[in-house]
Amino acid sequence: MSDAPLEVRTYGGEAKPRVGFFTDTSVCIGCKACEVACKEWNRVPEDGLEHSGWSMDNSRGLGADTWRHVAFVEQRRPVSVADGIPDTLVQHTARRELADDLGELRWLMSSDVCKHCTHAACLEVCPTGALFRTEFGTVVVQEDVCNGCGYCVPACPFGVLDKREEDGRVWKCTLCYDRLGAGQEPACAQACPTDSIQFGELGELRERAHERVRELQAAGEPGAQLYLDDPGDGIGGAGAFFLLLDDPEVYGLPPDPVDTTRDLGTTWRATLAAAGALLAGVVACAVGGCR
Amino acid sequence: MSARGQATRTAAGRRSRDGGRERAMVPPGEPRSYYGEPILAQPVWTPEIPAYFFVGGLTGATAPLTLIASLRGNDVLARRAAAIVLAGSLASPVLLISDLGRPSRFLNMLRMFKVTSPMSVGSWILGSFGATAALSGARELLGLLPRGGRAAQGAGALLGPLLSTYTGALIAQTAVPAWHEARRELPFVFAAGSLSSAGAMAQLITPYERAAPARRMAVVGSVAELLAIRAMDRRLGPLGEPYHSGRVGIVARAAEILTGAGGAIVATAPRARRRRAAVAKTGAAALLAAALLERSAIFRAGFASAGDPRYTVGPQRERVRERARGGADGTGGRV
Repeated sequence: MSDAPLEVRTYGGEAKPRVGFFTDTSVCIGCKACEVACKEWNRVPEDGLEHSGWSMDNSRGLGADTWRHVAFVEQRRPVSVADGIPDTLVQHTARRELADDLGELRWLMSSDVCKHCTHAACLEVCPTGALFRTEFGTVVVQEDVCNGCGYCVPACPFGVLDKREEDGRVWKCTLCYDRLGAGQEPACAQACPTDSIQFGELGELRERAHERVRELQAAGEPGAQLYLDDPGDGIGGAGAFFLLLDDPEVYGLPPDPVDTTRDLGTTWRATLAAAGALLAGVVACAVGGCR
Repeated sequence: MSARGQATRTAAGRRSRDGGRERAMVPPGEPRSYYGEPILAQPVWTPEIPAYFFVGGLTGATAPLTLIASLRGNDVLARRAAAIVLAGSLASPVLLISDLGRPSRFLNMLRMFKVTSPMSVGSWILGSFGATAALSGARELLGLLPRGGRAAQGAGALLGPLLSTYTGALIAQTAVPAWHEARRELPFVFAAGSLSSAGAMAQLITPYERAAPARRMAVVGSVAELLAIRAMDRRLGPLGEPYHSGRVGIVARAAEILTGAGGAIVATAPRARRRRAAVAKTGAAALLAAALLERSAIFRAGFASAGDPRYTVGPQRERVRERARGGADGTGGRV
């Protein structure tokens, strides 16, 4: 496992194959079973059921109390109603009417989750070590260590982490660390009725995803694209990656996320230079006369 | 579309001040988003954090002043500087701990040392700086530990500037565009603000005749601060918009005016003859207010930057486009 994240190698013989999610949004039906299963299993507190008003979305985004979020995107665009089989005139008319009634509306649905990045900025900036890499290659917050400093919150390029106000600590998806230990799949994947959320070993999931995206593109879905499957991207590829039917930003996902740790050298060099300049400034000002 | 066209349009579609720059961070046209929802999470830090940036910065820059004033026999100034350092290193942890979601777990900050986490590095800097402040204070204020106190002052003089500047690294190492893209300049902005506010605070409580070093710090710091802010502005281009709009813009402008005015007032104080002490202290008060306002403007600008998906999506989409264009060279154009 030479491409395993560094932290996993420290587990030695206890390291497990890296697991993750492949979320195939082309078969998501927006049932929210994943959101419910996640809340139930992980005892995530209720945080309101307010409709956004812009679509069928009523949880709006990931947060301390929403570890799975189903995005609903409504797009007005020409929808193909033909399926290749010659229609009778009656069938053709019926299909046309259906398309007109719907106003050529397309629904995109996608279940979002913590990406369990290979290079996880949240984990890097965590000063207490509460955020750690598990033997499965996932990223988990140790709730008995977290002191609620909040550094991981703006560090995450996806805005996944948040502080639970009444509790003071940060919370996020654990990829059901407890279930993994017992050989079970995460609650959301088990509850998903269409297999839009697929759980498994990452390598296997990636192969499956590449095949699926080729299939969809061949079937005339040019917007079909894999997101975060590439180990060469700014976060070293994600443990939870996606097949999307439009650009990531349409689903509320950053198109080219990076782990800012890669710029750490620049930042520290600038800091040392500034500290040196400050010291030189004080010395220059202070060694002069007293008047 | 031309590079010029890209640069002159800011994210909100208004014209940017430096029209001809070639580097476009936010391409023209509205980037797409999920119903305008932010991509990043808003920071959860409270106003104690910019207050700490101010107090910690001032405290850190005062440490080398303590050492040099003491070495040069300016005991009047050295005593006051040592007292500022001591008070600042007591106040700083209080501000930081009160911001924690679980204040009782503040010691977890010293559970490990992580160079990838400026907050971890900073906790160790602040902790060890506090020890030097106590020893230095014992020497200058109580006349105890002449040798140990001097050694501690030496260590404090080296740690202090790091205390003043690591906070710039702290906010730079986040995904917030207005902070991260300013990673080369933020530590300098904080260093300059620390220099001016440290000088201002020391001369505010020191008799005029003994405070010349502090006045020079205030003046040099205020000029450096204006220059550093300008450099940050240029680097950010359209991504710097949150520093100029809404209430943050008003606070930042007020900080800039007070910095310039405060520095000028302190610089001209010696010409005021009999009222020079009062004039210098007025300038010092302006500079202290300016440094605090500047830190809060930088802090709040990060919230605005994180809260608008255009700042996140725009530059990232542009990178993807650039890679697609440069894809033929075989490298994929990855940065």
